Amino acid sequence: MSKHHVTTTINGEPIEYLCEAQQTMLDVLRDELGLTGSKEGCSSGDCGACTIIVDGNIVCSCLMLGVEAEGRKVQTIEGIAEGEKLHPVQQKFLEHAALQCGFCTPGFIVAAKALLDNNLNPTEEEARYWLAGNLCRCTGYDKIIRAVMDAAADMRAEAGR
Amino acid sequence: MPRVSFASPTTIDEAAAALAGASGLAKVLSGGTDLLVQLRSGRIKPDLIVDMKRIPGMIGIREEGGKFVIGAATPGVMLSDHKALEHAYPGIVEGVDLIGSQQIQGRASLAGNLCNASPAADSVPAIIAARATCVIAGPNGSRREVPAESICTGPGRTSLQKGEFLIEFHLPKPKPRQCDAYLRFIPRTEMDIAVVGCGINVTLDGGGTCTDARVVLGAVAPTTVIVEEAAQALIGHKLDADTLARLDAAAQKACKPISDKRGTIEYRTKIAGVLARRTAAIAFERAAAR
Repeated sequence: MSKHHVTTTINGEPIEYLCEAQQTMLDVLRDELGLTGSKEGCSSGDCGACTIIVDGNIVCSCLMLGVEAEGRKVQTIEGIAEGEKLHPVQQKFLEHAALQCGFCTPGFIVAAKALLDNNLNPTEEEARYWLAGNLCRCTGYDKIIRAVMDAAADMRAEAGR
Repeated sequence: MPRVSFASPTTIDEAAAALAGASGLAKVLSGGTDLLVQLRSGRIKPDLIVDMKRIPGMIGIREEGGKFVIGAATPGVMLSDHKALEHAYPGIVEGVDLIGSQQIQGRASLAGNLCNASPAADSVPAIIAARATCVIAGPNGSRREVPAESICTGPGRTSLQKGEFLIEFHLPKPKPRQCDAYLRFIPRTEMDIAVVGCGINVTLDGGGTCTDARVVLGAVAPTTVIVEEAAQALIGHKLDADTLARLDAAAQKACKPISDKRGTIEYRTKIAGVLARRTAAIAFERAAAR
């Protein structure tokens, strides 16, 4: 069976790759493209550790085939910072110590970034429900939510400038 | 995962031909939020996956004189963002919204939720309560339009023939003072499978008396259940204590659930009655305001 040739955009860069039909987008990112920031936590779309953004929506990359990326715009954790400049969500995760083992963190950061792209003024309840698809076994979520709410506040202040 | 072939047709007929002509098992790919999980666990072993998302019309929502036409592969986030759909059918939108997580919402579709045929599917009760129809495409240009409730024939089984797949959902134009609601009970706060799901669609007259209703229960039988007796409990009545009690009893009577880790038969049956009451209250309140 021959491989599929896929042309896509990942973190703003045009990317081409070959993959087999049954390889998930997560498989392709990690195994073919060396973008190992997205993690495999469950392979069943429950934990969110593999979260990426495709055409503006967060999705679980483990529930998407690599071939489906053709012609789409993909953003991964590797594309959240702008070079050396961290995204406010990333900065606040550090300031609030919103991670311990760090395994869930890329998924949370991508999902939280998408939340704030969508709504710069979420309530805590809205933030928690948006992030319900991201599981963390270490932190108990409290510091994660504080970091996200604080990042939102900073971004609102910045937007108001 | 085992090897599989992949096709990404750009027309309906191409897709139907691919599905019909497959020598082994061919599966439709919309959002993939059920398919890929089943592939990975080995529960299904398809030879061919056919991605429907590149076919024009499969993704999108359009209004035609108050009626809604929804492409079969439209993801949940698009449904949730559609203000007119949310106004006309808040029950359908809230049902879709409850499927999985925000990440699942980015991909999951009405057609996938229906055709996966889980008894606990969250979008299905309100879709059926709305009297939605499904347009099915098949080989040789065939098309047929059927009530949504005719699709699921049992857990994981549909009435679709080889080569057939859903292309559209049609929702009728709501009448004045007609609206719906969907509630489900799950053990956790989020990200769980319905123990009971209840979708109710009602039409009221100017005085608040119900003139038409459909009450649909999910997760309490092998397929969703249209509870005719519950609808009859509502029609001709306002939502007073008496009506609610009869509705509750009718809902409970219609349950044929199983006991599993999320709930016993007795628990699901009781909750069905409770949810029917609460869902009806919301539907009536919304309908009165429409």
